Amino acid sequence: MRYLPLVWASLFHKKTRLILTLLSLIAAFMLFGLLQAVSVLFSSGADFVGANRLITQARVSFTQPLPLALLPRIEAIPGVARVAWSQFFGGIYIDERHFFPQFAVDPERLLDSYPEWTLPDDQREAFVRTKNGAIVGRKLVEKYGFKIGDKVPLKSFIFTRKDGSRAWEWEVVGIFDGQDEDWAGRSNLMYLNFGQFDEARQFGQGSAGVYIIRVADPNESERIANEVDRQFENSPDETKTQTERDWNLSFARQIGDIGLIVTAILGAVFFTILLVTGNTMSQAVRERIPEFAVLKTLGFSDGRVTALVLAEAFALCLIGGLIGMVLAVGAARVVSGLLNGSPVVVQPVVWLQAFATMVLLAVAVGIFPALRARRLQIVDALAER
Amino acid sequence: MSPLVSIRGVSKRYTRGKQTVEVLRKLDLDIASGDFLALMGPSGSGKTTLLNLIGGLDQPSDGEIRVNDKRIDQLSSNALAKWRARHVGFIFQFYNLLPVLSAEANVELPLLLTDLSKAQRKKAVAAALAVVGLSERATHKPNELSGGQQQRVAIARALVADPTLLVCDEPTGDLDRKTADEVLTLLQDLNRNYGKTIIMVTHDAKAAEFATHRLHMDKGALAGEAP
Repeated sequence: MRYLPLVWASLFHKKTRLILTLLSLIAAFMLFGLLQAVSVLFSSGADFVGANRLITQARVSFTQPLPLALLPRIEAIPGVARVAWSQFFGGIYIDERHFFPQFAVDPERLLDSYPEWTLPDDQREAFVRTKNGAIVGRKLVEKYGFKIGDKVPLKSFIFTRKDGSRAWEWEVVGIFDGQDEDWAGRSNLMYLNFGQFDEARQFGQGSAGVYIIRVADPNESERIANEVDRQFENSPDETKTQTERDWNLSFARQIGDIGLIVTAILGAVFFTILLVTGNTMSQAVRERIPEFAVLKTLGFSDGRVTALVLAEAFALCLIGGLIGMVLAVGAARVVSGLLNGSPVVVQPVVWLQAFATMVLLAVAVGIFPALRARRLQIVDALAER
Repeated sequence: MSPLVSIRGVSKRYTRGKQTVEVLRKLDLDIASGDFLALMGPSGSGKTTLLNLIGGLDQPSDGEIRVNDKRIDQLSSNALAKWRARHVGFIFQFYNLLPVLSAEANVELPLLLTDLSKAQRKKAVAAALAVVGLSERATHKPNELSGGQQQRVAIARALVADPTLLVCDEPTGDLDRKTADEVLTLLQDLNRNYGKTIIMVTHDAKAAEFATHRLHMDKGALAGEAP
């Protein structure tokens, strides 16, 4: 502890360089904390804890539709409170830059399954009875200025009409919002009445992309998911049922091996940081060779001088690393919101990994400058030879 | 009474590339305790090399060096570092203070190697700064001090651990005459009133006048007592 003021003061030898290096370390560890947290989320197994909604899709792929005929058998499973279905529509508004998600749904079933959406009663009724009706989320209204009565043209890149056209027109009959800030933030989507969609589409009548199952007791969700899948085992329509959260994450998983991508990105980041911080430490020691010679002159042993340089490297990496990790915790909250509430949390294991990385980084960037300081000959260094 | 510093048959050779240069040649010298010795001579005469050997910064190629009856020419690097910390105070031409530390933190450096508590170290630092007349500047960094004040801080640092020897290499080489005389008067005071043994290398005949003895060196050997 008695050497701490000396180590601390030495860090400030060149303030600008220190700040720039710290910023690099902070950015690297923030990225580390955040990406590792996301990676942990994506690599974690199925989690049914607290799940009150399940999604059932075709076992092979979510792109393969499931017949609506499965509905009664799903509804008959004890513990199932309400079942809705949904088909991704894939419509483009104006042009590709104006894409937002739309889903064709049975209005009543959908709104019963998602009490988090709020919609005035008269608009709900209008949505139920208007076959070409649509309801739009508050965020879309804010972006595009939609209002009730508007006709919204959408060009689906999946579904053609019976007349061969891909152009669909939907009438806005309601504007829904989230029950809280979190859900309000997710309201950038549009629901279409399944009636017009199913009647007018050229193929796939009587089928939907997924079933949405609202369970009465979240503690029963795992049993219900297993029961649904068991019902359709060895049938032409085998299913895969998972929590809504896991289903959302499965889309991101399709990008590729998230863990590998994260490792590759972090590898590149830390290789760069190794060079940046290593260069800082090397320069810091090279510029202070006469100072280390003075310390040795005063009686600091070779080992003590080595320890001082390593302590400086540790202090640098710890300060940058800890600030970066604290920022990662904040950033994880933001990302969690963007992932519709999926819990992106900087877990204790990530903190441990970060700490181990700080230690390894400090050794890697400090060891060669430390050895240089250790080996210096006092007489030569004082004479600046 | 045996001398504080005893040098017998000391030679020092450096190899630079393919050249071997003999800087000191079979040198014998005794320095008594309480002496204030000025080593003079032209550049390259070997006076700084001799000072480095006495201060334990370097090892001789041949011969033996005893300080207080302890042979220091055979000590390992770590043992020599410990010996320096306990027995030698160094004063350099360019002060060699650590620029990121305040005056008091610079003075405290040698005490970090001792068992003294923080409070004891603080007390010793305050006393050393008082001796050199810089109590008011304790919290100033070197770049906030004049050259003379920086050299006083360096003297306080050399004194603070109460060393056996003070070793000074051109301590006034970077100072104007008036400031140089103030620093030399301080060294003289340390020698006369505190009994410190001082060995000083200087080119400056006026500086050498502050010493009790003056030795002249030439071509790696002692050329006799300087006037």
